[in-house]
Formats: sequence, structure tokens, C-alpha cells
Amino acid sequence: MQRTKFILGGLLILAAVVYLIVSSTQASAEYFMTVDEVKAKGAQAVGQSLRLSGAVMGDTIKYDSATLTLTFDIAHVSGDNAEIEAQGGLAKVLSDAVNDPTRQHVSVVYIGPKPDLLRGEAQAILTGKLDSDGVFHADELLLKCPTKYKQAVPDQAEANK
Amino acid sequence: MIAEFGYGITLVSFLVAVYSVVAAVYGATKKSASLVESSRRGMLLTFPLITIAAGSLIYLLVNNHFEVAFVYEVTSRSMPTYLKITAWWGGQAGSLLFWSWLLAAFASAVTIRKWDRDIEFLPWVVMVCSVTLVFFLGMVVFYENPFTRYWLVNGNVEPHMFQPALATIFTPQDGNGLNPLLRHPGMVIHPPMLYLGFVSYVIPYAFAMAALITGRTDDRWIRLTRRWSLWAWLFLSFGLVLGGRWAYDVLGWGGYWGWDPVEIAAFMPWLTGTAFLHSVMIQEKRGMLKHWNMILVILTYALVIFGTFLTRSGVLSSVHAFANSPIGPLFMAFVSATLIASIALVIYRWPQLRGETEMKSMLSREALFLLNNLLFMSVLVICFWGVMFPLVSELFTGQKVTVGPPFYERATAPIFAGLMFLMGVAPLSAWGHSTVKTLGRAMWKSALIALVVTVILFITYTMNYIALIGFFLIALVIFVTAQEFWRGARARQRSQNENFFSALSRLMGRNRRRYGGYIIHISMMLMAIGILGMEAFQTSTQGELAKGDALDISGYTVKYRELASWDDTGKGVNFTRATMDIYKNGIYLGQLHPRIDYYFDSQQNMTIPGNRSTFKDDLYIILVDWQPTTAMGATFKIFVNPLVNWLWVGSLLFLVGIIFAAWPDRDPAEEISRRGISLSATQPSAAD
Repeated sequence: MQRTKFILGGLLILAAVVYLIVSSTQASAEYFMTVDEVKAKGAQAVGQSLRLSGAVMGDTIKYDSATLTLTFDIAHVSGDNAEIEAQGGLAKVLSDAVNDPTRQHVSVVYIGPKPDLLRGEAQAILTGKLDSDGVFHADELLLKCPTKYKQAVPDQAEANK
Repeated sequence: MIAEFGYGITLVSFLVAVYSVVAAVYGATKKSASLVESSRRGMLLTFPLITIAAGSLIYLLVNNHFEVAFVYEVTSRSMPTYLKITAWWGGQAGSLLFWSWLLAAFASAVTIRKWDRDIEFLPWVVMVCSVTLVFFLGMVVFYENPFTRYWLVNGNVEPHMFQPALATIFTPQDGNGLNPLLRHPGMVIHPPMLYLGFVSYVIPYAFAMAALITGRTDDRWIRLTRRWSLWAWLFLSFGLVLGGRWAYDVLGWGGYWGWDPVEIAAFMPWLTGTAFLHSVMIQEKRGMLKHWNMILVILTYALVIFGTFLTRSGVLSSVHAFANSPIGPLFMAFVSATLIASIALVIYRWPQLRGETEMKSMLSREALFLLNNLLFMSVLVICFWGVMFPLVSELFTGQKVTVGPPFYERATAPIFAGLMFLMGVAPLSAWGHSTVKTLGRAMWKSALIALVVTVILFITYTMNYIALIGFFLIALVIFVTAQEFWRGARARQRSQNENFFSALSRLMGRNRRRYGGYIIHISMMLMAIGILGMEAFQTSTQGELAKGDALDISGYTVKYRELASWDDTGKGVNFTRATMDIYKNGIYLGQLHPRIDYYFDSQQNMTIPGNRSTFKDDLYIILVDWQPTTAMGATFKIFVNPLVNWLWVGSLLFLVGIIFAAWPDRDPAEEISRRGISLSATQPSAAD
């Protein structure tokens, strides 16, 4: 009798947790995409919660501090870590992406303070939605500068000679 | 020279640790006391050895030996000496060595004690610690060597440990420098705190494994490591809070916790550790949940290693992540291997771990503790799901899908509410058997006062019903807990004829763990006030101001007065600092100085908010941007963070509570003998 009660209680908790996980996942899932994937999806991607990553094009960064509107373009980079490693590491992949005119680009709009790490050849990881004009409206902006953490090998020019 | 020496010593300590593993296992199976003693000495030897290796690394760091790749990566000439020392754990290779050093220190501390009648545990404790040490030192020796140097080989710069043929050493002029975001006192102690917590959990795990292997599956291992798990929990908790405080002070986004995968990686062992802290009490008092405690300690250990791996592997995108590295798969292999071996042991000993009694009542204290455990596990499952979801979804659908902070907030909030309710009920329930009636009788006064508080808040402060539920639960827990102090002290006052305060202090002194735990409960509620304030009532505004202009927010008026910008060449930093006049309802309160520091060596900004903290709210101003040309106009983002200060006050009280609970008793020998006799004699059962 007691045992059944405990088992029932346990099942109830389990069901509640499963419900919380499933419903919250549905409510807040964001699709990871690369620039190429967004372009390929076209109108289908409009309005979906997306997490988009790409390389920041340094000369497109504009900031209007009156309205706190930040705009910049990002170039396609692979979303696969292994592939990035194979192509020579994140720093190189980002640099290649920015300097390769054949890459596809997406324009990004973000309202808010300009992040400290924003600069050319940074990796931007953006959360937000695409509008029908193909402009990405980011709610959240995460930046990674691979050089900040690990510069593979110092330049010889730095040498003490 | 120093680099080779440091590497050599690291290699020797690796070999000594390997020897300890072999000697411990062989000695234990052959019942050879001298071999076991030899393995113990090996274990003890690793600590001075790794200390010397670490000393060499610190020497290289402090003296600008940029020919060493690790030194080049994490230091620069302009850094002060204390930052050069702490750069030890500022990068991957160094932090693995740091981990090993802490583990060697703790393992030595535990093997140095008198073992007497626990001598059968010794070889296995040494074995588990040494295996872990072998793993971490192996990483350092073979994969992430902090002593690697740069060499000029045929005109190219290459990192190698030893001199390649015809190569000359290459010394860069200056190092990369530590990421400026990490050059903050909070960040200097936050990683070691977390690591202290992580590493301390190896010890209870080692004893648990020793208990399983030897078949001494009573609660001896729990008693022996009780203090270790408390200290581990202290450091882990403190590390988490420090990380939050650092984010609040330095990152300039107005928050302290972002459900970043790496934060969660440190949070997950905390969850199992907290569950463990509670459920061991049931085993000690009622002889139940033995399987469960084993599983919890195994999970905690696995999550500790997993957490170190998450922060180090770059498998997840995170602001904390270091570069990708080959050590990821090795970590996964180690976690899987130890997890499988440990679980296999639990299954092997399953019959011996049966409970001594059955759980009878759904409302008994043990049942409520079990429920508490299940809720902590639920939060763990949610966190684990959130962290792994991108990988899982990619595996099954090919589409990488991620979940953000709203997922965690939504999914965990009801469970945290449930945990708070339990905190209010469980201290009042009795071991063995409780009913709704007995609980209601013990609780109704506190519940009534909490309800009155909630109604007052409804009238004067907020109509947000979720926040009101939160405040009700907070008030309930605080009053129930305060009533427990009151009741205990009164009872003692009557029976011992003491005055109230000496009765209270003696009562608490005799039941450190219990009343320390209550202090922690209250501190958690203070922290909950801060979290609730941030989640429910945070407001913000932003705008570009000309000099003399003002912004209004929540009764505050923030007036932009002036902006100054100057270089500090010694530190290699440019400071830009705004001066703001603060008024509240027209009354002048003082000035705040949000600023931006620009680091020349790493070309990076650091945004330092101007913050005015009171118990009612924080006014938190961020300097976003400025225009040197147009009359020094500047842009600000301003947050009002209600009640957040309670989070920090709560953290301090939390420290007090846990130190109170974990502080060694006056006479340890006496305590051990008392423990040996009987539990009920030293720890009066719950007031019921």
C-alpha cells in the first residue's frame, strides 16, 4: 500500500518534469543556422527563433548611439567545429570568411549597447529572428574572438632580436 | 632550463602516481601492508613534486619567460606580479596542473590522518585519488604541456617541448596578456574556489568506492567524509556566487547569471552535492537510501570531471570556453569509464546496500528528504537536457537546436518553488511518521504570518502574483526556521535553567550541523529575495545624453555631468569615465562613475558599471558609447535592479552558516569516540 503510494508519487514527479522539459523546450527552442542555411531556407526561416553564427565584417559595423542601433554584416562560416579545425582553426576560418568575396552575407540589426568584443573577424553568435527583407534582428549577441584566448604562434616580428 | 626541469618533475610525479595505483591495488589484493604503505607514501610524494613543478611554472610566469608558449599566451609585461601568478590557472594547460596540485594536496591531507580501524579503506582511497591524478597529470604531460617552448625551425616558429634538430629558442618581445575581463580580483579567486569544490568531492567519492570494494557498506564512509563534503559544497557554492558577483561588477549586462553552459557545468555538481548533503542524513539516522547515496556521490564525481571538461573542451559555445583541444574525447572516455566501473560496483554490492527500515509515511522527514532529493535531481535533469540538447538534436534530426535562458527559467521555477515549500515543511516533520494534522499544528502560525506579509506586499509593493507566491514561500521558510530556533532555545532554557541567549548558543553549538543548516536555509531565502527582485522587477532605460541632460527611471533621475578620458601607460589602459549626478524624487544622492577601460595589449574594452546599492534596489549605470567631437555627448544604459543586494547579503550569511556547520569540534578525539558509541546519544532526534 505504502509502496504503491511512493511509486505513484515518483511517477507524478517524473511526469511533471517531463512536461516541464517538453513544454519549455518547445517554447524556447532556437534553431542553430549558418548564413548559407538561412539563405537556402529563404522565406521559410522568416519568423522562426534562430541562433545564427557568422564572421563579423569589420567595415560594415555602424553604431548610432542616439538610438543605440547597431548594424553590421556577417559572412558565412561553417557551424561544424571539426570542419573549422580541419580548415585551420577558428581564427583562420573567420579571417578567410571575411576576406572571401564569394561568401554569402546577412545584415544584422541589434538595439542596445555596443559589445566590447565586436570587431572585424570576430565570431558573432546571434539570437533572434529574420524579417521578410532578409535582415536579422538580434535580441542577443555573443561574440568570440579566438585570438583573445589562444594565438597559435607569435609572429616573428615580435621576436626579441 | 627551468622549463625542462618543471616538465621533468611533472613527468616524475605522473610516474609516482602510476606507481601508487599499482602498489595500492597489488598491496590490497595480496594483503601486503608494506606495499599499501608504500603506495600511501607515493601518494604523499606527489604533492611536493607537483608543488615544485608548479613553482617552476610560476617562476616562468613571473619572470616574463615568453619563450614558453603558456607564459606567452596568458601574461604580458604590463601585468602586475600577482596577476602573473594567478595566470597559472588563466589557461588550459596551467589549470590542469592546478587541478592536479589541489588533488595531490587533498589526497595527501586525507592519507596523512590516522587510519586505525579504517585501514582497509586506505589502499582503495589511495587508488581512486591516484587514478584521478594519473588522468590529470597525463593530460599535462602528454597533451597540454604548460612548459612547451617556441623554437625557430627553418625560419618557422614552432612549439616543442624539446629542442628540435638545428633549432634555436625563440623569445617573443611581449606576451599576449591575460584577457582583461579576467584581470579582476573576483575572477582571480573564482576559478580556484570552483576547483577547490570540484577537487574536494573526489575525497568522498574515493571513500565511497573504498566502501563498495571492501564491502564495508555501512555509513562509516559517510561519517569519515562528512566534513569533506561540507567543505566541498562550501567552495563550490562560494565559487558560483563569486562568479555571479564578478559578472555583475564587470561584464556590464546588468545581470549575474546567464544560464551559460559553463555556468551550468559548475551548477550541476552543486545540485547533486546538495542532494547528497541532505540524503546522507537519512542514511545516518534511519539506515535508508544507501544505494541512492552511492549513486549521488558517483554522479557528483562524474559531473565534476564532466564540468572540468565542459569548461575546457570548447564542445559548447560559451563565453567561458577556451580553444578547441584534443583532450575532449579523453575526458569523455575517463568520465564514461569511471562512471561505468562505479555503477557496476554499486550493482555488485546491491544486496548489502539494502535499507534497514522501510519508509512508512509520506510526510515523515525521510520521505520529505527523499522528495527534496528528487526535486534536486529534476533540476539536474533539466540542466543536463538543456546543455546536451543541441548535441542530441543534431544527432537525431541533423538540425542543431539550442535552448536559451527562458527554457531554464520556465522549467526550473516551479521546482525551485517546490524546494522552498519543502524547506518550510521538512524541519517540522518527524522521523518515521508525520501526518497532515501534526504538520499543520506546527506550521499554521508561521503560515499565517507569511500570509499577512504577502498581503501587505500585495497592497504596498506588487500585484505580480508569481512574485507574491515567491514572497509567501520565502516568508514561510524564514518564519518556520526562526520558530525552530525559538522553540529549541525555549525548551533548553526551561530544562537547563539558562537565560535565553546562552540557551540558544549552547543549543546551536551542540547541534552544529542542524542549526548551521537552518542558517543556510535562511540565507537561501535572502538570496531568493534578490533573485526574485531581479527576475520580476528589473527595469531599464537607455539614451544618448548631452552634458546636463538627464534620464528618469523608477523615481531616480540620472544627470550626465561630464566625461573624462586618460591613458595610464604603466598599466597599458585607457580609462574613459563619466560622472553622473543621482537624484531620487528630487533629492541629491551623490555621484556615480560608469567607465570603459580599454586595454592596449589585447585591444579590448571592459565595461565597468557605476552602481549604487541599497537594500531596496540597485541603480546600475553602464557607459555605452561617447562622442569626443560633439560636446562629449554620451550614451548610457541604466538598470534598476530591485532587491538584488539581498542576494549578496544572503551569500555572506550562507558562508557563516556553512562554516558554522563544518567547523571542527573542540576535541576531535572525543568526537570520534562519541560517534563510535551511538548516534542518538550525541544528536538529539528532531524536535517533534
